[in-house]
Amino acid sequence: MKKKHYFGRTVDFILCAVFAAAFLLPTVVTITNSFMSESEINANYGAVFSSGAGGYVSKSVNLKLIPDKVVFTQYIRGLVESPDYLLKFWNSVFLVLPIVAGQMAVASVAAYGFTRWRGKARSFLFFFYVILMLMPYQVTLVPNYLVSDWLHILNTSWAIILPGAFAPFSVFLLTKFMRRIPYALIEAAKIDGASEWQIFTRICIPQCRSALYSIAILVFIDYWNMVEQPLVLLSDADKQPLSVFLSNINQGEIGLAFAMATVYMLPSLLLFLHGEEALVEGIAHQGSVKG
Amino acid sequence: MDEKKHKRRRPSREQRRDFLRSLCFLFPSLLGVGVFFILPFGVVAYYSVIDGVASREFVGLENFRRLLNNGIFRLAAVNTLRFSAVAVPLAVVLAIVLALLLEVRVPMKSAFRTFFLSPMMVPVASVVLIWQVLFSYNGTVNVFLGLFGAEKIDWLQSDQARWVVVLLFLWKNLGYNMILFMAGIANIPKELLEVADVEGAGELYKFFSIKLRYLSPTVLFVTILSLINSFKVFREVYLLTGNYPYQSLYTLQHFMNNMFGAYDYQKLSAAAMLMALAMVIIIAVLFAVEDWFGKDVEG
Repeated sequence: MKKKHYFGRTVDFILCAVFAAAFLLPTVVTITNSFMSESEINANYGAVFSSGAGGYVSKSVNLKLIPDKVVFTQYIRGLVESPDYLLKFWNSVFLVLPIVAGQMAVASVAAYGFTRWRGKARSFLFFFYVILMLMPYQVTLVPNYLVSDWLHILNTSWAIILPGAFAPFSVFLLTKFMRRIPYALIEAAKIDGASEWQIFTRICIPQCRSALYSIAILVFIDYWNMVEQPLVLLSDADKQPLSVFLSNINQGEIGLAFAMATVYMLPSLLLFLHGEEALVEGIAHQGSVKG
Repeated sequence: MDEKKHKRRRPSREQRRDFLRSLCFLFPSLLGVGVFFILPFGVVAYYSVIDGVASREFVGLENFRRLLNNGIFRLAAVNTLRFSAVAVPLAVVLAIVLALLLEVRVPMKSAFRTFFLSPMMVPVASVVLIWQVLFSYNGTVNVFLGLFGAEKIDWLQSDQARWVVVLLFLWKNLGYNMILFMAGIANIPKELLEVADVEGAGELYKFFSIKLRYLSPTVLFVTILSLINSFKVFREVYLLTGNYPYQSLYTLQHFMNNMFGAYDYQKLSAAAMLMALAMVIIIAVLFAVEDWFGKDVEG
């Protein structure tokens, strides 16, 4: 191998560091600014988001990473003084957890079906799933609304949960994982007299444990930040998840928005830090669209 | 590949049993996909060829003709196309650059990986707030550029608005794409690169003749994924600028969203059909290109 110059490596490192800093900025700003007092927020950002609260306002925005004084007033305001945010946080939980659980259950069974099917029509159906997975949400916006209406689930959480649970994404990804299970393993179990269901639960599922975990994280993060579906399918503001409600916080309450965004980010952040290896593996395995 | 093992000849009775068994396992998914994805699609197709929800008279391609003559639709379609045509190639190329940067032994590699993936978690609301802080008239970018004597502008209401959104799109998606490419690079046979080194091949030659060939399935996947994500950025644009943004930001999604608001389901469905058709064509072309480009490294 050619030796990479020390100089070149330093340049690479600096390049990476600059990129990384830019990528990290919004996360850091959200978290640190959530500990600022209302007056500090107003002084720094009043030039863009006028709250009309008066006091000193800097002429241009003053993006600051470290608060002058760390206070928890925004958190107290959002979590203690007003029940809205916590309520909506639980709305999010009760929408997203069933979606993740449902999608895992439906997809693991379906992926097994795809794995064990050797016929010609298989790749055709799989490609069809891929196409459905890739369709932009807006294409089926109206009919989703109509179908929910016909099924009498419009404006209930089922209108979000059911389409979420049957989304083709995890079927696609999990099939890719399951196809890597050595075929001999399945064949051997069959000779030993295992039923299909036993092969599925005793061999496939344990082999795919890390895959299931990583897909669950991906699905969770995706639905945790959903905005369009609840806006269209849940007209009751009480039923909407925090992701939607956060987007409607008044311009004058930007400090509160940062604090609640930090709270909302926490579950994804913890999952992310805990399962990063699995997550990276999950992303990496998508590799190509061909099954 | 197990593909070959799967394809060996079997008696047809067993094939049928195979098929039925797979169908049993696929049944719940097929049912749900049928009700929540295919049925809605059928409804879109039906709505695009009738004249109204009330009279339900078949009008053929009349809705499409009206749509294509609609100036606002054409503006939205062109904007969407132009945005994706800039954003998607950038997302692919920059992700390869990042992956190659991290591939050479940079210290703290896994920390960098984490940082690049962090945008996945940030709630949309705070993304929108921060983009406003950065790009509004009194925002940070103007303050910074002001140091060099640049005029202040309201970025999201200017001809640069598209670039602001491209930046947001790249920020959000580059990390994910980068991971895909890192995995792709890890799968390139090392011997091949070593031989190339021995033969004295340059870095550029190695990249274009070896790495890129092996990466072609990943390039295809990342291109398609980025294309989808370039449509999803509507969420942020909508929250940043509302129903009627600066002209260059008005995309097909705005158009469809506004048609939904106006109960004009015919125009909306026709637009949705055209969009779906365009997607299928683009995906098919990408598949064909990938087949042609990567044919000698597969199998």
